[in-house]
Amino acid sequence: MIYKETGQYKSSYKSDHAIFPLLQDKIAFSTLMFIAFLIIPFVINSYWEKAILVPFLIFSLAAIGLNILTGYCGQVSLGTGGFMAVGAFSTYKIMTYFPDMNIMIIILISGLITAAVGIIFGLPSLRIKGFYLAVATLASQFFLVWLFNKVPWFYNYSDTGQITVSERTMFGVPVTGAEAPSYATYLFCLVLVVVLSFAAKNLIRSKMGRSWMAIRDMDIAAEIIGVPPLKTKLSAFAISSFYIGVAGALYFAVFLGAIEVTESFDIMTISFPVLFMIIIGGLGSMLGSFLGAAFVVTLPIGLKFLMVDMVGLSAVTAKHFEITIWGLLMIIFLIVEPHGLARLWSIAKEKLRRWPFPY
Amino acid sequence: MSVELLNFIETVLNGLMSGVMYSLVALGFVLIFKASGVFNFAQGVFALFAALTLVGYQTGQVPFAHLINELFGTNYHNWYASMPNFFAILLTMVTMIALAWIIERLVLKHLVNQDPIILFMATIGLAFALEGVGDLMWGSDVKVLDVGIPSGGSIWLEEATIGLAAEGSDYYGMYVDVLNIWATVIAVILVVSLALFSQYTKTGRALRAVADDHQAALSVGISLRSIWILVWAISGFIAMVAGIMWGTESGVQFSLSLIALKALPVLILGGFTSIPGAIIGGLMIGVGEKLAEIYIGGYFETGAIENWFAYVMALVFLLFRPQGLFGDKIIERV
Repeated sequence: MIYKETGQYKSSYKSDHAIFPLLQDKIAFSTLMFIAFLIIPFVINSYWEKAILVPFLIFSLAAIGLNILTGYCGQVSLGTGGFMAVGAFSTYKIMTYFPDMNIMIIILISGLITAAVGIIFGLPSLRIKGFYLAVATLASQFFLVWLFNKVPWFYNYSDTGQITVSERTMFGVPVTGAEAPSYATYLFCLVLVVVLSFAAKNLIRSKMGRSWMAIRDMDIAAEIIGVPPLKTKLSAFAISSFYIGVAGALYFAVFLGAIEVTESFDIMTISFPVLFMIIIGGLGSMLGSFLGAAFVVTLPIGLKFLMVDMVGLSAVTAKHFEITIWGLLMIIFLIVEPHGLARLWSIAKEKLRRWPFPY
Repeated sequence: MSVELLNFIETVLNGLMSGVMYSLVALGFVLIFKASGVFNFAQGVFALFAALTLVGYQTGQVPFAHLINELFGTNYHNWYASMPNFFAILLTMVTMIALAWIIERLVLKHLVNQDPIILFMATIGLAFALEGVGDLMWGSDVKVLDVGIPSGGSIWLEEATIGLAAEGSDYYGMYVDVLNIWATVIAVILVVSLALFSQYTKTGRALRAVADDHQAALSVGISLRSIWILVWAISGFIAMVAGIMWGTESGVQFSLSLIALKALPVLILGGFTSIPGAIIGGLMIGVGEKLAEIYIGGYFETGAIENWFAYVMALVFLLFRPQGLFGDKIIERV
């Protein structure tokens, strides 16, 4: 009843190919956008901004990036942390060299730089596949983190090895630095995420996206029917890295403000959680990237609330518990629904179609 | 002999020995990958868990002491003061076998026929869970592990080599850690007994059959599940040995589980499916890393290229042999 497509006729190819072909989806999406753009900015406070919304938006972007590479093109990557670090450090270096440049442009250029780095580290994918490739991408993770940690030029020879963001404004309102108001950082990330998600969604529906999926499903067959593996794989690496680089730039400039590369872009704090996001959300699904990011960002907060505030464990023990529960949840999720939250959503839609008269 | 040559030999020797340590970890990976097709990321955490458990048994810690004390306001810490090494190791072995059984029952059984990437993610989950449980059980402080293996520089070797250099040159002999020599000996014994076990016992043959072809093995009446438990138990045992070695060298703490990351380049270099590959790959990475640190590391003013050099080395090999040095040839058909 609720999710019924009967009576919604398509009279042109354009309407048939719309991203949200159903009226219900259009309404739901517009409501969501209305809330996100016109209600949340007025009620947001610093806790919601710092703990939930901004990290959620940034990790969604990283998850979309990794999903393009792993979910759509089938190349497993464990180097997300390294690529996010590239985005962060490019932002930092551009900021110091061009103090007057607009922050939006800086972040997009950082994304392009990361895309170039991604192409270089994507080269081995032409030769090696599967787990061998996954391990090979670890090389990029370790090499890049080492580079940013050990070569002083990247952190402008500061004594601590930390990089710190300086204040930049958009339309006169600061969006980076300690003075930035919550609504500004939130809106800044939101605009980037919405625009880039639409771009990604359309890219996936284009020729390029279809050739990624062909390579994912069977690369030899794809090659035989005329999909060039070199161009396809490297374009997936480039675009995926662009998204991850933008996420890294936001993570540094808007979210944290000051970072130390070995801590902030570690394999355990970035690469695995982002991979977990796309698996729990759903490989090869845009919605899945968002659901996975939401799940991974909110879970530790919920667990901490439950254990420290309700049961009264000490922070250390609670942390250990968190790691344990985290691991167990990963396993349980993979056993119960290996196709992720996005699959659960499509099952729910199927149910809602006929509810409350399933026969 | 010139001092340079002696230094070179010393570096190679030390590299070989640290390579043995890598091989020990890689061996556990290969065994599980061959038998069940699972890329077990938790192997490093296995080693950590085994070492933690061993220390726990040795010093008589009460499991979950922190948790119990916090929940009920009690003050339990130790049951007994100490336990002989032999019994502690035996008990740890029993624990690792129980762990293998639990993993098969709770995780693997439910994930049969899933994509390799899903299984891999499940082992990452396993790594997190096991690390958390290990910390909860035994506490996360750095512990000293001592099972009576001597460590420190070998004085005998130092004195034996000091005469090799030319008269009057500043040469103080070779420095080789006794612990590493022991590790090498134990690793050799382990590999030989594994080889004998898989060649000459009935279970060993079943193991190899499963590694070759799951379905064929099933059809001749080999129980896949008991073999999987066995393989995971053996890997747990190898992890324990690795945990003891690494734990003795650098203390038992979280970073111990990161040796898994050290073993990965060994794996892709040697091939996921080859036991000799794991050993030779480990030795090559060990030597390569030490030589690079000394002869190439100097060109980077910052040094510490150990972290990624092994990966780059493995990558270069992969460009020429995509299945690793000894891996099964990859044949692809449409």
